[in-house]
Amino acid sequence: MNFNDIYLLSPQISIAALAILTILADLVIARKKAVLLIALIGLIIPLVFALSLVSSLHVSQDVALVGPSSILYSSFSLSLFSLYFNFLVLGALAIVILGSSDYLRDSGVPTGEYLGLLLLSASGMMLLVSAENLVTIYIALELTTLPLAALSAFSLNGKSTESGIKFLIVSALSSAVMLYGMAFIYGLSGSITLGGISEGLASASLDTMAYQQYGILLGVILLLVGFGFKLSAVPFHMWVPDVYEGSPTPVVAFLSVASKSVAFALVLRFFYVGLGDVDLNWAVLFALISALSMTVGNLLAISQTNIKRLFGYSTIAHAGYILAGVAAISYVGDSYIGMSSVLFYLVAYAAANLTALLAISQIGELLGSDDIDSYAGLYKKTPFLTVALVISLIALIGVPPTGIFIAKIYVFTAAVDSGLMWLAIIGVINSVVSAYYYVRVIRVMFRGDDRLKETDNIKTGIFVKLSIVVSAAITVWLGIMPSWMLETAELAAVSLVGLVN
Amino acid sequence: MNEFNGLLTATVFLPAIGALVILLGPDNRLFSRFIAISVAASDFVLAILVFGLFDRTDTASRFQFLDQWVWISSDAIKSTYLLGVDGLSAPLVLLTGLLGICAVLASLKITLRVKQYFIWILLLQTSVMGVFTSLDVLLFFLFWEVELIPMYMLITTWGSGRREYSGMKFLIFTIAGSAAMLVAILGLILTQGDHALNMISTLESGSGLLPTTGIISLSVLFWLFFVAFAIKLPVWPLHTWLPDAHTDAPTAASVILAGVMLKMGGYGLLRINVGMFPEQIQSFAWVLMTLGVISVIYGGIVTLRQTDLKRLVAYSSVSHMGLVLVGIASVGASYYVNVTGLTGAAMQLFTHGTITGLLFLCVGLIYDNAHTRSIPQLGGVAQRMPIVGIAILIAGFGSLGLPGLSGFVSEILVFFGAFMAFPILTVIAVLGIVLAAGYILWMIQRALFGTLPDHLADLRDADMVESVPLLLMIVSIIVIGLYPSVLTDVFNSGLEPMVSVINNVSLINTGLLGN
Repeated sequence: MNFNDIYLLSPQISIAALAILTILADLVIARKKAVLLIALIGLIIPLVFALSLVSSLHVSQDVALVGPSSILYSSFSLSLFSLYFNFLVLGALAIVILGSSDYLRDSGVPTGEYLGLLLLSASGMMLLVSAENLVTIYIALELTTLPLAALSAFSLNGKSTESGIKFLIVSALSSAVMLYGMAFIYGLSGSITLGGISEGLASASLDTMAYQQYGILLGVILLLVGFGFKLSAVPFHMWVPDVYEGSPTPVVAFLSVASKSVAFALVLRFFYVGLGDVDLNWAVLFALISALSMTVGNLLAISQTNIKRLFGYSTIAHAGYILAGVAAISYVGDSYIGMSSVLFYLVAYAAANLTALLAISQIGELLGSDDIDSYAGLYKKTPFLTVALVISLIALIGVPPTGIFIAKIYVFTAAVDSGLMWLAIIGVINSVVSAYYYVRVIRVMFRGDDRLKETDNIKTGIFVKLSIVVSAAITVWLGIMPSWMLETAELAAVSLVGLVN
Repeated sequence: MNEFNGLLTATVFLPAIGALVILLGPDNRLFSRFIAISVAASDFVLAILVFGLFDRTDTASRFQFLDQWVWISSDAIKSTYLLGVDGLSAPLVLLTGLLGICAVLASLKITLRVKQYFIWILLLQTSVMGVFTSLDVLLFFLFWEVELIPMYMLITTWGSGRREYSGMKFLIFTIAGSAAMLVAILGLILTQGDHALNMISTLESGSGLLPTTGIISLSVLFWLFFVAFAIKLPVWPLHTWLPDAHTDAPTAASVILAGVMLKMGGYGLLRINVGMFPEQIQSFAWVLMTLGVISVIYGGIVTLRQTDLKRLVAYSSVSHMGLVLVGIASVGASYYVNVTGLTGAAMQLFTHGTITGLLFLCVGLIYDNAHTRSIPQLGGVAQRMPIVGIAILIAGFGSLGLPGLSGFVSEILVFFGAFMAFPILTVIAVLGIVLAAGYILWMIQRALFGTLPDHLADLRDADMVESVPLLLMIVSIIVIGLYPSVLTDVFNSGLEPMVSVINNVSLINTGLLGN
């Protein structure tokens, strides 16, 4: 360990320190808003560290040749790929903290604990995307999950408590399954680092002992089950609607965006780096899970009457679309189109879903209800939130000019490119189905009595407005001028591919 | 690579900017109306400029007013922001501008949520303009999709009758078509290399798309595109969304729907299916012809049975759009193909836009005043509404193809062209004109003439503002009827290169011309 290792981990370290600082500040500062501002402004520190790391990685012109920097004896690694997710998590976190300001003001939730847990969870996520061996992966994953379980139960009502406990149990269960899978992988490869696993399995497959092959297969399947829970993919999706319905909506926003993104990052790194050389066609598994997630998520969403449950199923469906990109990677080993399509989709989805859920959070406070039917006439009550929700719903259908439109084309192109035409067709058909329930929500908001007086009686704070405007603007920006983000995603993907070669 | 003329970008995005101004501006009816009128009028002027400045000389380049900018340049997808017009699209831009201002003028009486209404109408205009001017497949698809939500909102909020049902039906049908097109575009990206999405390079390659192997054959892509455009056009048996959507949409939305949005389907067929698939369009022309003839005859027969004025006009659109398909099928001629049928199809797009737009405006005016569209409850309307009566007469005669009006020109061209390829089927299609005479004249007789029922005693004729769009369309119908070459020459210049590609490819395939 030397000073450079600390520098390479500085974003993670600083955000964990910020979490503790926020909790301490809450003890001495009475004004909630001041604590919120400390957490928010404090985010600049990890951001600056991450930016400086990007510039240090960019020293070499050919990014593909920039391998990962190993940290703390291969416990962690640093690459553009992990930094890409650091920025995604930091961005989502900043927007969620901004968007929580009204919730914190009105609900009586303890501010310091709320923000501290969010920051802790974010530090876990940022560690997870660069964790390089099984132990650090597991610890980072738990650090990600446990604060989120606590946050799910924050609302002090039956539903929220239920969702917190449900989330905790499901996480524990999936972690246990995953650990079991890791044990198999470790046993058969003799290494706990991803690079070592890759080498170990490559030599293991040379002496073709049948039990070893089955052992690897079993390990991969157990890992897939564990990750499936985190990804909220079918058939491991049952907890999603319940947790979404009961948890505080800003927490749902963070959960659905950041937690899901880093889970995808973990899957990409684990299956691509660690198990990259294994001669198993587990891509078929991903393709199947993808098709199932899209179809089941969309079909079940149709009959939902609660907007948060609807978004629970919608997130399952979107996990399916993204998994189509994951399945596409594994078909063509040296291509990064599938990988970068996943990275781009995650950002586009994050922007759209944050817009939607933060708007839903405000609307829920306004109406005191999350029933879709109670949204009637919303355009009159709160035009600002209505426009925001319309933009995000249009984006989630995949209608231009929004980021997910480009993202879907990108993902499906990757799928077709690797011979998964059937998966792309299922995805396209599913997009048609999804239009039905998203548009229904839009329709309800514009329905209703025109004699209603404009009662913008919720004081949507300037912070929340800012967060919604920013995320909606990113959604539209990614649809109109996607080039920059596409190139960034490709760089990040290349940096991971370069790591394998 | 990058060049920028700016005229088309302005034409396409001016309405969207207007929509943004209305959105951010005060919630004031007068303000919204004022912005909408001025934007639509300016856009009409821009459209006239595009059409008027379009270089018609022989030495002019095929695609003009190019705005070209690299849009997406990832390794998987290469797409350009590429706007431009050729002889095929320039008149359609003019049509969109014309119907845009007419639709806004016809909407001034709307009192329900005026602000929102004009936002959606103007977004619609941007979407349609974009479809007609994009020369990049992905950009084309983007504009194609943008139209969905505005149209859905217009039908479900400002419509009548079973508007929720009709709106959702419209949405699901259209988005299903888009899904087919999306799959086709993925196929293009996969099989056609770096210039897959650039229409100009494909259209000017002299042989359409590159040949492909495997499951994604050009025929599959051809049919996927065809389904998307056939739903929009609409072609029997994919037409069932249209009568519902038209009937329940507000007047201005019907005008745009019939006037320009159906034309997106016809335009797509001409631009992509004919232009980019020269071999497939020839071998599958008989299918198009059959579907076209069925649409013409089936649409005509069903129209005869309608008692709702709006439904009647809607079904007559099915019949008339069938003629577009018949005209396109003229490329199925086994020997030298000439441009007549395609020009007829393109002309039919334009003339049907003005004629049906005019009919919908008139029906809307009658409905606003009489509060009924049921023909048995109407009668003698022309006594109280002479201006509307005259407008319906002109539009009706144009619709049934009376010489001297624009409908005649397009129909005669379509039949001349198609007869070369499919004589018997063309003769059957001509029967559609007889049916048109039947339903139009019968409708005019029952609704406009006869005795005026008592409940219609206080009918009011179109006022000054309402007469302006009527007049604009009547002028265009008569001018094109008397002097068709103002349009046909332009259409010819755009379609001639496509026809020569088709002839070239068929010569190569029959072995008469070496490769």
